[in-house]
Amino acid sequence: MFRLARFLKHYKLQSLFGPLFKLTEAVFELLVPVVMAKMIDIGVKNNDKAYIYHSGIILVVLGILGLTASLTAQYFAARASTGFGTELRNALFKHINTLSFKEVDKFGTPSLVTRLTNDCDQVQTGVNMILRLFLRSPFIVVGAVIMGLTISVRLTLIFLIAAPVLALIIFAIIKKTIVLYKTTQKKLDRASSITRENLTGARAIRAFSRQQDEINDFEQNSNELYINQLIAGKISALMNPFTYIVVNLAIIAIIWYGGKNVYTGSITQGEVIALVNYMNQILLALVALANLIVIITKAQASAVRVNEVFDTKTTISDGRGVDPKATDIAVEFKNVTFSYYSSSDDALENISFKVKKGETVGIIGATGSGKSTLVNLIPRFYDVSSRQVIVNGENVKDYTLSSLRKRIGIVPQKAVLFKGTIRDNMRWRDKSATDEQIKKALSISQSLDFVKEKRGCLDYKILQGGKNLSGGQRQRLTIARALVGEPEILILDDSSSALDLATDAHLRKAISHETDNMTVFIVSQRISSVRNADKILVLDDGILAGVGTHNELADSCEVYKEICRSQNVETEKGGDVNGK
Amino acid sequence: MENKKLSAAPLKSVLLYAKPYIAYLVLGLVFAVISVSLTLYAPILTGRGIDLIIEKGRVDFDALSPILIKLGIIAGIVALTQWLMSLCTNKVTYLTIRDIRNDAFKRLEHLPLRYIDSNPHGDILSRMISDMEQISDGLIMGFAQLFTGLVTIIGTLGFMLSVNVKITLIVVVITPLSLFVARFISKNTFLLFKDRSVTRGELTSVVEEMTGEQKTVAAFCHEQDAYDSFAEINERLRKISARAIFFSSLTNPSTRFINGLVYSFVGIFGAVSVISGSGFTVGQLSCFLTYANQYTKPFNEISGVITELQSAIACAKRVFELIDEPEEISDKDNAVLDDCKGNVKISDVSFSYTPDIPLIDDLNLDVKQGQRIAIVGPTGCGKTTIINLLMRFYDVTEGCVSVEGKDIRELTRNSLRSHYGMVLQETWLKSGTIYENIAYSKPDATREEVIAAAKAAHADSFIRRLPEGYDTVISDDGSNISAGQKQLLCIARVMLMVPPMLILDEATSSIDTMTEIRIQRAFAKLIKGRTSFIVAHRLSTIVESDCILVMDKGHIIEQGTHEQLLAKKGFYYELYMSQFCND
Repeated sequence: MFRLARFLKHYKLQSLFGPLFKLTEAVFELLVPVVMAKMIDIGVKNNDKAYIYHSGIILVVLGILGLTASLTAQYFAARASTGFGTELRNALFKHINTLSFKEVDKFGTPSLVTRLTNDCDQVQTGVNMILRLFLRSPFIVVGAVIMGLTISVRLTLIFLIAAPVLALIIFAIIKKTIVLYKTTQKKLDRASSITRENLTGARAIRAFSRQQDEINDFEQNSNELYINQLIAGKISALMNPFTYIVVNLAIIAIIWYGGKNVYTGSITQGEVIALVNYMNQILLALVALANLIVIITKAQASAVRVNEVFDTKTTISDGRGVDPKATDIAVEFKNVTFSYYSSSDDALENISFKVKKGETVGIIGATGSGKSTLVNLIPRFYDVSSRQVIVNGENVKDYTLSSLRKRIGIVPQKAVLFKGTIRDNMRWRDKSATDEQIKKALSISQSLDFVKEKRGCLDYKILQGGKNLSGGQRQRLTIARALVGEPEILILDDSSSALDLATDAHLRKAISHETDNMTVFIVSQRISSVRNADKILVLDDGILAGVGTHNELADSCEVYKEICRSQNVETEKGGDVNGK
Repeated sequence: MENKKLSAAPLKSVLLYAKPYIAYLVLGLVFAVISVSLTLYAPILTGRGIDLIIEKGRVDFDALSPILIKLGIIAGIVALTQWLMSLCTNKVTYLTIRDIRNDAFKRLEHLPLRYIDSNPHGDILSRMISDMEQISDGLIMGFAQLFTGLVTIIGTLGFMLSVNVKITLIVVVITPLSLFVARFISKNTFLLFKDRSVTRGELTSVVEEMTGEQKTVAAFCHEQDAYDSFAEINERLRKISARAIFFSSLTNPSTRFINGLVYSFVGIFGAVSVISGSGFTVGQLSCFLTYANQYTKPFNEISGVITELQSAIACAKRVFELIDEPEEISDKDNAVLDDCKGNVKISDVSFSYTPDIPLIDDLNLDVKQGQRIAIVGPTGCGKTTIINLLMRFYDVTEGCVSVEGKDIRELTRNSLRSHYGMVLQETWLKSGTIYENIAYSKPDATREEVIAAAKAAHADSFIRRLPEGYDTVISDDGSNISAGQKQLLCIARVMLMVPPMLILDEATSSIDTMTEIRIQRAFAKLIKGRTSFIVAHRLSTIVESDCILVMDKGHIIEQGTHEQLLAKKGFYYELYMSQFCND
């Protein structure tokens, strides 16, 4: 956690003053019992009213000073911790943005989201509490002991025994309950996952008439949860009684031995009262510290998770920045081999092919054959393991990332849209795109019709994740988004899966008619999607099993033939399929 | 005030659930009274002890020792009763919540699908989990705290009055100040925190979008814009959090200050009273000082509890909304469908999800044993509506669906559904092993039967290749098996139960070739001799059907055999031409 302290660097003063003022408050607080003792020993014993009032005023002043110091401390702590949290989040967000797909895959995006939100919050709370309380509690304990020493060295021995015993009890119980609450949390998570499962599977569960079994499962888990809660509650409920007994035993000891000391005249009655008060202060401080430890433990766990992200450096960064060469080859793979992790098998092996500008390339193969992997190498989402990918005559590694990616329009498998208007979403590739350009892209992607039906047309507000659109509509909009600004290379990564065959066919036709100079890559499972391509790449388990047109492949490529057969596509003559 | 009246109902409902455990509750309260009053008695003993230690040479050890022994015993009893009190309230709390949660889940299983379809799952989930926790933390624990708080206040007051009336008045007058200050602060911070959670929500949704879809952001070089919008919200969050955190952290110092005031005033007046010789002793003063320190605590706790309680009541309201949601119409007469061969008749059926948007109007269909019905239409045309009606997930608005001549509304749902085998495109598998998932359709199946079903569904070979075979646990996100394999498991699940009627949903995409072939073979095997309703995408399936229902925008617009529909040159003709004939 202390590694993250660098984000406090703009808040040095605040993070210094916070604890400082807190300590000042603690000092005032520690003085109170002494003043009170004096009030009794001098004021009461001597019947000195003036002294009593005098001490009383000192007490009130101490209170006001304490309040001021403490408010100042809280102010600085709040400023410092929120500033810290903000800088931490900004830095983390920026850092995540530099990560390449490889690193993003490693964490998984949901985990990155939690790290950026929850974990950062936890760390921020931790910092706030540390600034406010971490020094205060030990200081009060030590201070109370020191104040005790000024009264009576021998009686302070009671503190020196009681304080560690209290600390031991508190921390042992806290430690135990943290573990117990973790198991409780697991049961609770299970309850929530059963519920979620029963919501998504409501139809299936009812179709198989298994409601009663699901209820039994849930109830069993509920019962286990209850038993766990009870055990955890039993242990954590021990804290108050135990500390109560220890503190009272200490007070008994203080009164008894204090009495002996008063008898011999080494201390006074008021001082005995002061000692009892210090004992109570020690207890309160330790309890506060224990709660603080819980928060810090959580913050620490979060800090580790945040640091993991910071420690992950991107493996893909800008190249030296070259300009494309004048060439008619848009994309070339030269003996490319690629694996996701150095240890794993090659996802692509020795792939070579050339694509001319303006050509349409179909990529087909079974799931896991490496289709998506192959197209992901073109915008350099991943770096090849050996040899090179060449775009416009230059190695992709030599371009800056943005100059390379700006040439490419990509439609990912998962249709993702962002909160905002349709127009905002359409301007992702080209911020200055006009409505005309956007409408053209919409029309090619077969979405203009339904967009026109939406209220406000281009101003129609898309909800987060595009929830207010159907899967097919989302997919068509992601295609339009990639088309705006007319990229040189268009990559459709299995991006018509949510479309019915008719729409899919219209879409392909429009793309081939409207985008003459565009080099198009179509990744698909369906023969019908790729059969009209200028060139089809057939992938089989990471190996290029065939390159050619539909007719050529239907003659020569066994893998291709098998795919055709599975989809009832005629291969003998390579002709049209007309039902019967 | 009005608000409170309105919200009393959920409180009552919760208490109704707590009723069976009322003994623990009462016992807990008894222990609370004992422990609180003894806790309050302790400072008096301490004070008496101190009074016996006056000065050099004036300490009465004979009187002191019994007092200290008494104090020790009391400490022991307090500790014990405190612990027992916690045990009792824990027991009531957890048992009550367990029962409410179980009932809510039971209700969930018997709610009409309409409810599940039309309410966001996240919302239902939060009612089941987080609201429930809030009830347990806020309502029941809160009740216990409220009670002990009140006992402490009343007890302290009583003890103080019994010692000295005048000084008690000082405490009574000043202490409520802390309550007002705390209320004032919390009222103001509440608004700040509300603002903060709105801003934080904004930030989270940006993060979910931009980081959640980092790959898209990278693909479009959108990093800088994403960062800018993030940083802007982040900065707003910083400002509002700094204020919210600062204001909320005022509570403790302020109440501590007021506490200090009480302490000082008690000290001053106490000391003066001792001097004036009214019989007020130093020991009593020390006792009062302890009370003064303790007295504000229950007030602050109560004010905290009340806020908790309010939010708990709001949560309870949400939970009971779910529990009180009307169940689906219960089955009639337990009429069981037996000897079902697969004759389904849809007569004059009308249906709509919302009354003002009619969807299906006057649909008639007579399906004989073993016939195949294909449902076709463009994406999102409402093909699932038919499935909803056949399986009686929804009831028809008019007309009737009958199986073997019996209106399905006259049959028990379980017996109707047990005659259907359903394989949907959105495959649903339980978290559990492959074996458990296949056996889901027939819990009493033997292992041999399960394996036979898997073999029939062409799933056996891939299952055997998994690390644990049939005992492989399907991970939560189902990432260890592919979409196609999931569908094979769903087919195996249906294979096991041998139903006379089928509802199938052909996959459109993302299934690799080999699995696709397996699925087709499995489907073919399944369909043979059974009445089947197929949401169809494949030409061969459609052409070979006995009847084709053509749907568009939720309506059935054409109906007939392939030849009839082609001859009609209507919507189906267009669909057919555009989908299956390449130009």
